[in-house]
Amino acid sequence: MMLQLSGVHAHYGHIHALRGIDLSVQVGEVVTLIGANGAGKSTLLMSLFGQPRVSAGRIVFDNEDITRLPTHVIARRDISLVPEGRRIFPRMTVLENLQMGAVMADPDNLHVDLKRMYALFPILEERLEQRAGTLSGGEQQMLAIARALMARPKLLLLDEPSLGLAPLYIKKIFQTIRELNEDHGMTILLIEQNAHHALRAAHRGYVMQHGQITMTGTGRDLLASAEVRAAYLEGGHAAA
Amino acid sequence: MALALQQLINGLTLGAVYGLIAIGYTMVYGIIGMINFAHGDIYMVSAFIAVTGFTLLTAFGVTSVPFALLVVLIVAVLFTSVYGWAVERLAYRPLRGSTRLAPLISAIGMSIFLQNMVQLTQGARVKPIPPMITGGIDVLTTDGFTARLSYSQILIVLVTVALLAAFTWLITRTSFGRQQRACEQDRTMTALLGIDVDRTISLTFMLGASLAAVAGVMVTMYYGVVDFYIGFVAGIKAFTAAVLGGIGSLPGAMLGGLIIGLIEAFWSNYLSAEYKDVATFSILILVLMFRPSGLLGRPEVEKV
Ligand SMILES: Nc1ncnc2c1ncn2[C@@H]1O[C@H](COP(=O)(O)OP(=O)(O)O)[C@@H](O)[C@H]1O
Ligand SMILES: [Mg+2]
Repeated sequence: MMLQLSGVHAHYGHIHALRGIDLSVQVGEVVTLIGANGAGKSTLLMSLFGQPRVSAGRIVFDNEDITRLPTHVIARRDISLVPEGRRIFPRMTVLENLQMGAVMADPDNLHVDLKRMYALFPILEERLEQRAGTLSGGEQQMLAIARALMARPKLLLLDEPSLGLAPLYIKKIFQTIRELNEDHGMTILLIEQNAHHALRAAHRGYVMQHGQITMTGTGRDLLASAEVRAAYLEGGHAAA
Repeated sequence: MALALQQLINGLTLGAVYGLIAIGYTMVYGIIGMINFAHGDIYMVSAFIAVTGFTLLTAFGVTSVPFALLVVLIVAVLFTSVYGWAVERLAYRPLRGSTRLAPLISAIGMSIFLQNMVQLTQGARVKPIPPMITGGIDVLTTDGFTARLSYSQILIVLVTVALLAAFTWLITRTSFGRQQRACEQDRTMTALLGIDVDRTISLTFMLGASLAAVAGVMVTMYYGVVDFYIGFVAGIKAFTAAVLGGIGSLPGAMLGGLIIGLIEAFWSNYLSAEYKDVATFSILILVLMFRPSGLLGRPEVEKV
């Protein structure tokens, strides 16, 4: 088991954002989490790092209880996040952003890992000395993914990587996800609004609503489910 | 001509000192978005450490000026970086995430505490020490006035340039510098990459304090007197320098310091020495009114 959440609750002040989440990710899986805006998907990913700290429940990563560890200590485990909105460092160069991703990694690997990123996203190599804030949205997203990969994670968490991107970039992102999983055995937990793409890319999926998991199953089953189709696939909008 | 040159020399020396203190304001502001009002006192404390240190060393028969200077610098830097660390730990960290006013008030509290502590241990008298470094170079004589570049001025400028170069390298080229800048831009994201943000903030306070300590020691050596309110006055001037240069900008802090130093030198020579502080404060008000982002500061618009 790579990641296991049991009975996780989280609050923002009086807002009860996570209401008893049970979720697990097995080694080598691609798992997706779909749900309407405001369902609590981003909160779930951030709560793995104690931002916000969970008010009840337990989070186990790689056989270690990480529920109460400080944020930076959790981040030093083999777990990397590509957060909502990318959050690259806009006033740093592309190279510096990549170096930031490798701060806690073995310095001997830096060169090899940079090379791997250039192979994955050639555009980054062309832009190495450019300030990251001046990249296009799609390029920033690739930088955010590359920065997360620089730490050589076992588990990669992606929060709406395709949001606001041109179709060409969306294709590239999903292709990268598949490559990372199939060729490099990376375990992936993916949040998406784009439920169709996500469910097709994933082994399993969870549907989230009002801070709770309302449905779970294989990607194929969820794609076929009438409820999911109505709410997330055929232009439908589920209430948050 | 020679008179103007003399003011230029004096102004640059003074400006270098303000610039060093201003860097501490600017770095702390950059990383936590707060003016550290206890920063000016660090300079005062280190000046008092310098006076005490020089006096003691002389009493114990130490005659080597470089040795005395080095010992005093090390002690001052150690002491003030501990103080900088304590200010952050006690006055800022517990209040991080609360209102913006709370840490400000607790910083002013720290500042008053420190002033009183020094007053108690040192007595509130002005303490003169004999000049440490005498002599200099006559640069130019016109109309019977000789412009003179003293050895202590040369030392101040050299030390400032060296520290500035080292700091620029630290911030722009090292891993610590990147972590520091990352914290400035997005603290949560920085933590999500495994960096201990609290530690980075503490180190920033300590580094800023160390620079102010060096400034304090050099001023003591330069003027030979320490007046109890220099912490306050120099603090506000350095703060003005940081704002003028663009708060958050390292080169801006230095540039602002030099400008304030020059204005002060020329103002007291050609206009009035009594009202030289008025010049500084007028600049502060004008900058805040017309160009709050300062000379080298970035306007708060970012394409993200
Ligand atoms: N930083 C925050 N402070 C307060 N409320 C928040 C914060 N972030 C999210 N929320 C609230 O928590 C709920 C879940 O939000 P979020 O996890 O961002 O949902 P999703 O990612 O599924 O769109 C929403 O009601 C949102 O308004
Ligand atoms: Mg979200």
